[in-house]
Amino acid sequence: MVDLVASLPDARALRSAASGPSGPKPRHALSRRNIFLYGTLILVAVYYLLPLYVMVVTSLKGMPEIRLGHIFSPPLEITFEPWVKAWSSACTGLNCDGLSRGFWNSVRITVPSVILSIAIASVNGYALANWRFKGADTFFVILIVGAFIPYQVMIYPIVIILREIGLYGSLTGLVIVHSIFGMPILTLLFRNYFSSMPEELFRAARVDGAGFWGIYLRIMLPMSLPIFVVAVILQVTGIWNDFLFGVVYTRPDTYPMTVQLNNIVNSVQGVKEYNVNMAATILTGLVPLVVYFVSGKLFVRGIAAGAVKG
Amino acid sequence: MSKSERPTRLFRNLNAKVASIPMILTALVVFVGGTAWTVLYSFTNSKLLPRMSFVGLDQYYRLWATPRWLISIENLLIYGVISLVFSLVIGFLLAALLDQKIRFEDVFRTVFLYPFALSFIVTGLVWQWLLNPDFGVQRVVRDLGWTSFAFDPLYNSSIVIYGISIAALWQGTGLVMCLMLAGLRGIDEDIWKAARVDGIPTWKTYLFVIIPMMRPVFITTLVIIAAGIVKVYDLVVAQTSGGPGIASEVPAKYVYDYMFFAQNLGQGFAASTMMLLSVVIVIVPWAYLEFGGRKRG
Repeated sequence: MVDLVASLPDARALRSAASGPSGPKPRHALSRRNIFLYGTLILVAVYYLLPLYVMVVTSLKGMPEIRLGHIFSPPLEITFEPWVKAWSSACTGLNCDGLSRGFWNSVRITVPSVILSIAIASVNGYALANWRFKGADTFFVILIVGAFIPYQVMIYPIVIILREIGLYGSLTGLVIVHSIFGMPILTLLFRNYFSSMPEELFRAARVDGAGFWGIYLRIMLPMSLPIFVVAVILQVTGIWNDFLFGVVYTRPDTYPMTVQLNNIVNSVQGVKEYNVNMAATILTGLVPLVVYFVSGKLFVRGIAAGAVKG
Repeated sequence: MSKSERPTRLFRNLNAKVASIPMILTALVVFVGGTAWTVLYSFTNSKLLPRMSFVGLDQYYRLWATPRWLISIENLLIYGVISLVFSLVIGFLLAALLDQKIRFEDVFRTVFLYPFALSFIVTGLVWQWLLNPDFGVQRVVRDLGWTSFAFDPLYNSSIVIYGISIAALWQGTGLVMCLMLAGLRGIDEDIWKAARVDGIPTWKTYLFVIIPMMRPVFITTLVIIAAGIVKVYDLVVAQTSGGPGIASEVPAKYVYDYMFFAQNLGQGFAASTMMLLSVVIVIVPWAYLEFGGRKRG
């Protein structure tokens, strides 16, 4: 693996600046180094794009064409029927109203979960950054350590808690679960962000007589919109993509989209309709993909913020 | 940090304390309480419902005598080693390539990272389709004339876990690349200048200067990947449902199946406690290295 790097002959072009590429361009566009470099990158890019391409292509073919086995060839005859079927009439068990049910369930889960988890975590982060009380850091450390505990250790006690308060199996219960497990990373995110804001700002507001909530709502909130956007991106993709909590804490008629998708594709009954399956798979992946492609660098910032400890 | 108001601190902080109630409850009730509860009940013979009748380590003896659990552990080890090694190596190489002042860096980065936005369910289902022996890669290669070509990892119990690893690497290397790229960009340019002046070859600079300097990035990445490995569940459910037979079972799936299908809570608790133990083995040395000797906060 090392010789990949070793075979890059032009060391001069390696002047990687701390802030990204900014120096002069390499002079020869078709140098051996460039052919190797771009060749490798393009090959890898093709590999990464292939599954997406195959998904799209398969979902636009009819079943007879799929049985020919040319998985990589574009459709001879484009049909949107699989998409319609996946959305509105694919069957899971007895329900035959397609993925649309799962889609709307996921919307009804994701929207309140994102709002609630961010509301709680931002206030947590704000309290930890600006209003420390005795013991606050202990809870914060527990929270961060808790982020590493496998969910499997905590799912059953939560089942019991939700059952006791009558929320087991309801969407509200799942929203609470998402807020709980989103808390460590989001609290860390907000705590670090609020800690980096100038202290004078906070002091000035205190002198002017603003309290805990006043400073939060009128100063911190408006000044930290970027971090809220990062948090929204992080949470929308994370909650939309969740499978485990969905399958544990909801009932079949309130299953989120991922669970329903898995049930449709991996159902053992009937003839496998690969085109419908792939259409359903794209439909489920569409929301996070759109979020990803629209948000661009903010998505990267979100995962970096989530990954790098502060 | 901000101890601006000493006299009224106790009263003022009441608001902060009230606002922190969800955090305190989560930390104490769910994280500490829930974990302690599960560990405690792993020593009972709970079946359909949790019962307080202790049987010592019986559940653990039974667990380690169950072939399905042993296969799960073996799979997790193979999957873990593959994930760690390949995602670190590929992720670093991609980051190093992207760091060569190339054009369209954003395009390449976007392409390498997009699978990470997809769920494990979507990832698993796409690769299930690609690796389908009748219509997928195997069929395409056979149609090209190589009729004895065999590549059906999802239907071959001896290599199925490698088929799952392929999908996992496709999904996860983009993240590693991003972290590594951030690490490479954090290296001072003077280091490169000095290495060039000394006439050290590029690959040697990477291997003996840059990588040791990026130690914190590597450790953080390692912890993130490792925490993800133990949790692997959705990918297996989507791609193989644990099959063929029980060849691709993983511990997380064992826990779920025993808790919610087999109505054998005690086994589920014991298995999840073993998962917790494996995380502790990874995290504690890391936390010791990272925070040991340094004061918290």
